[in-house]
Amino acid sequence: MLLSSAVRWTAGGLAEAYLMDGSDDEALVMRGRPGLLPGVVPAIELTAVRKLFGPVVAVDGVDLVVNPGEVVAYLGPNGAGKTSTIDMVLGLSHPTSGQVSVFGMAPRHAVRAGLVSAVMQTGGLLKDLTVLETVQYVAALFSGPRPVGEVIERAGLAHITQRRVGKCSGGEQQRLRFALALLPDPGLLVLDEPTQGMDVEGRHEFWEAIRKDAGRGRTVVFATHYLEEADAYADRVVMVRRGRVVADGSPAQVRAMASGRVVRATWPGADTGALGALEGVSSVEVRGSTVLVRSDDTDSVARYLLNQTSARDLEITAQGLEEAFLALTADDPVGAGAGRAGAPS
Amino acid sequence: MSSGTEVARVGPVERRPPPFGGLSLPVFVIEVRRLLRNRRTVAFTLVLPVVFFLIFGLNKAYASQRAGSGNVSAFIMISMALYGCVVATTGSGATVSLERAAGWSRQLRVTPLTPLAYILIKMATALVLGFFADVIVYAVGIATGQPSMPVHVWALSAVVVWLGSLIFGAFGLFMGYLLPSDNVMQVMGFVLWLVSFGGGLFVPLSQFPEAVRQGAKFTPLYGLNQIVHVGLNSTPFDWTWVLNVLAWLAIFVGGAAWRFRKDTARV
Ligand SMILES: Nc1ncnc2c1ncn2[C@@H]1O[C@H](COP(=O)(O)OP(=O)(O)OP(=O)(O)O)[C@@H](O)[C@H]1O
Ligand SMILES: [Mg+2]
Repeated sequence: MLLSSAVRWTAGGLAEAYLMDGSDDEALVMRGRPGLLPGVVPAIELTAVRKLFGPVVAVDGVDLVVNPGEVVAYLGPNGAGKTSTIDMVLGLSHPTSGQVSVFGMAPRHAVRAGLVSAVMQTGGLLKDLTVLETVQYVAALFSGPRPVGEVIERAGLAHITQRRVGKCSGGEQQRLRFALALLPDPGLLVLDEPTQGMDVEGRHEFWEAIRKDAGRGRTVVFATHYLEEADAYADRVVMVRRGRVVADGSPAQVRAMASGRVVRATWPGADTGALGALEGVSSVEVRGSTVLVRSDDTDSVARYLLNQTSARDLEITAQGLEEAFLALTADDPVGAGAGRAGAPS
Repeated sequence: MSSGTEVARVGPVERRPPPFGGLSLPVFVIEVRRLLRNRRTVAFTLVLPVVFFLIFGLNKAYASQRAGSGNVSAFIMISMALYGCVVATTGSGATVSLERAAGWSRQLRVTPLTPLAYILIKMATALVLGFFADVIVYAVGIATGQPSMPVHVWALSAVVVWLGSLIFGAFGLFMGYLLPSDNVMQVMGFVLWLVSFGGGLFVPLSQFPEAVRQGAKFTPLYGLNQIVHVGLNSTPFDWTWVLNVLAWLAIFVGGAAWRFRKDTARV
């Protein structure tokens, strides 16, 4: 990689975002984003980008720099603005305000120059063409594309070149989209939920193909809901929520951020107020007769539950990337209506 | 890497945009193959005008009556060839609505393909099906031995029908962009039916009341239908026909290009 994650990482930013979670939207926005490197034209540069659809704010002031060679996961819940952002990077739509540039030029220009290509969430294929015809079709639209055979090989489609696209499985179609995206040999590859609807096996194969390719120094940005994908394949994770970047760092850093642990216990009629008032508790969630308490000090939560309440079946687990994801991207404090302590001071 | 061959590292190396905005022969060939693969549409498009010709063009009551430099049968054959051609080109153009529904146009938008090149490819494809529609009606006409007109009028009218129907390739494209895919074909069939009546393809306009006849002059097939019959008819050439054709061409092409540009919405 061109950059060590330490250079990109801005100490304090994530912790701040985490601590202030849910209490103040402004505070969630990362400050001190990874900066521009002198002499390096960023693969993507978004400056104060906003995108409105009528009254809907899809992207709400995103600043983002992706440097060449990075593999970035763009993570966020449904409606976070991932696709809207990607559309602007691909020149499919224009920001309502702010600037988007790809390799220092307007997105549409970059597309015309074969510098950027994409596997789109809603980009379609023609069912009545064969796999081979589809690749030949798109190859003919670029000047100097990679050879059709090579691209088919790389995407793992060699055994089904004559198959009608309509007969291909979801995973095979996704690999076909990937093949199309490889044709211009782009400097930047954008993947919008590329493994959506694939089974575990399919996802594994798909990422194998991507990984082989990314080894060559291509910049890759992918949107995903699958945290394990971000964890395993990205060297940088950008989390978005309601059109804003709420966290930005290496997967390890994002995981570390969710340092607290979760106590799970069976306690019908749990006193959420009392739990929320305990030292270090960041959230309390009730699921039927089960209560989940997220806390920096799970020992004292456990002690309280066992000594002073009728709670039983205690379980204490560490938080993973998933919890970090939820903590940073949840619209409301976890557990509707549950008691909740303010940020630990 | 996977192939074992040495591959260069991938960086932001700018490439020239393709010549002619992505206009290319392989794409045209694949598009034609696609179109002809859709047997049902092809059969329907090609059979209907022939059936119409066999019904109306051979009617003993009037088929062999004189019409300009030929006979009524020839007149009707030209009209039916035009109808077939127009259905063919409109239908080919309208396939974009299916492509949009499938999200294919969005995929194309992240390639260097320009709107103009795409429209030209679609038009050329439409002309292929139009060619078959044209030739089949004329072939059946010759086989029946009924239509009669000077040789140069046979040739000229066939070519003008074919090329003139191109306007409707643009019409199909425009409609394909404008209408949702589930009913574009039905709407189109109905509209073409109306427009054909307006153009005087099925029933001579002289049979209609004066008001209808005046209104019909502004419909999209009127000018073209007059022009394709020029060699046969003895009526003098009227430049307003050309004006009619050009005006509608401008509307359809402009509309198609305008919709293509806007067409980045998700499906
Ligand atoms: N054309 C549109 N008109 C109105 N609202 C839109 C439009 N496109 C997107 N939105 C809204 O913008 C917001 C962001 O949508 P976007 O598709 O970018 O989210 P996303 O992060 O890609 O979600 P997902 O994970 O479900 O794909 C959503 O609230 C969505 O409803
Ligand atoms: Mg999306």
